[in-house]
Amino acid sequence: MARLSGLQKDVLSLYRQCLRAVRQKPAETQSHFRDFAKAEFQKHVHVGKKDFGTIEYLLRRGRNQIELYSDPGIRDIHS
Amino acid sequence: MACTRAFSRLATRRTAVRPAVFFSRGFASVNDVHAREPISKVAEKIVPAPATSTIPESKTSTIKEPEPTKDARNKTFHIYRWSPDEPSSKPRMQSYTLDLNKTGPMMLDALIRIKNEIDPTLTFRRSCREGICGSCAMNIDGVNTLACLCRIPTETAKESRIYPLPHMYIVKDLVPDMTLFYKQYRSVKPYLQRDTPAPDGREYRQSKEDRKKLDGLYECILCACCSTSCPSYWWNQEEYLGPAVLLQSYRWIADSRDERRAERQDALNNSMSLYRCHTILNCSRTCPKGLNPALAIAEIKKGMAFA
Repeated sequence: MARLSGLQKDVLSLYRQCLRAVRQKPAETQSHFRDFAKAEFQKHVHVGKKDFGTIEYLLRRGRNQIELYSDPGIRDIHS
Repeated sequence: MACTRAFSRLATRRTAVRPAVFFSRGFASVNDVHAREPISKVAEKIVPAPATSTIPESKTSTIKEPEPTKDARNKTFHIYRWSPDEPSSKPRMQSYTLDLNKTGPMMLDALIRIKNEIDPTLTFRRSCREGICGSCAMNIDGVNTLACLCRIPTETAKESRIYPLPHMYIVKDLVPDMTLFYKQYRSVKPYLQRDTPAPDGREYRQSKEDRKKLDGLYECILCACCSTSCPSYWWNQEEYLGPAVLLQSYRWIADSRDERRAERQDALNNSMSLYRCHTILNCSRTCPKGLNPALAIAEIKKGMAFA
C-alpha cells in the first residue's frame, strides 16, 4: 500500500475513532450507529484527493459530529 | 320486528354519535395523528427537504422595486457566500443592490431586507438589532463590528463589502463557528468563586470604589469582534486566549468579591495565554461597544508583575 499523506491518516484515524465509539453504544443499536458512520463517510467518497480545503472542512465537521453523538444519552440513531 | 328495532337503535346511535364527531373537530390535535407521537417518531416521518440550491447572481443583483422612484439611491453590497451543502465549492462574493430610501439606516436592516426580499438563502446571525446580544458581529468594509450598530455609508458610489469575522471557521455564509471562543471563555471560569460566606449572611457587598473598577468590563457582550481583529489571536488561536476572554478574566480578577484572584492569575502565567498580547491595540480600536480590552490586558500584566 502506498504511503499515506497526513490528511489521509487523519481521515482514517477519524474513521477508526468512529468505529471504536460505536462500541460504547447499547448492543442492540450498535449496527445503526455503524451504518450511520459508514454512510457519513460514504457520502463524501467522491471528494477529490487534492481538495484539501474540503477534506479539512469535512474532517472538522466529522469531529464535531462524533463529539455530539458520543454522548451516552444518545442510545439509538435512525438515518 | 327485532330487525327494525336494531335498525332504529343503529339510527339513534348514529345520530347520537354524529354530534360527537362534529364536536371532536374542535380539537385539531385529536385528528392529528402526529401530534400524539413522541417527537422522535414524528421526525422519522418528516422527509428532509432537498438542500436549497443557492440563487444565482443573475437573479439577485438587481431588485425589481414595485415602482422605481426617480431619486432612487441604489447601493451595491458584496456579501461573502459559502454553503456547507456543497463542501467542495469555493467561497464567492455575491452582489445585491438595494434602494437606500426604502431600507433602514443600519447594515443589519439591509441584510434583513436582502434575506426577506431578494435571497432567502443568505444566512447570518441576528437577534436584538440594538447592539446588546452580539450575534451580528461581522466584518463590514474591513472593520469588525456589529451589523446592527453600523450605519450604511450614504455615498452610493462606494460599494460595501461584508465578510464573516476573519480567521474563524465558517458554518455558513456570515455565520462563524464560535465553539473555540466559548471554550476559551469557559476556561477562565467566568463566575464568582468564594469560600467564605457573606459577613451579614445575605449579600456579597461591595464599596462604590470597588464597583467602579468593573465599569468598562461588565459591558462586554462577547461578540468576538476584538479577538478576531487581533493578529496575535489569528496566528495562535489554540493557545492565546484573545482580548475578549482576557477582558472577562480581568473582570473577575478585579472583582473585590472574588477570592480566587491568585489562582486566576496563576492560570494565565505562561507564555501563551496572556503574553501573546503585543499591544497591537486592534481590539480597542474595533470594539463596537467602545470598551478597551487592551487596557484590561495591560492591567492583568501589571497585576502579575507586582504580585
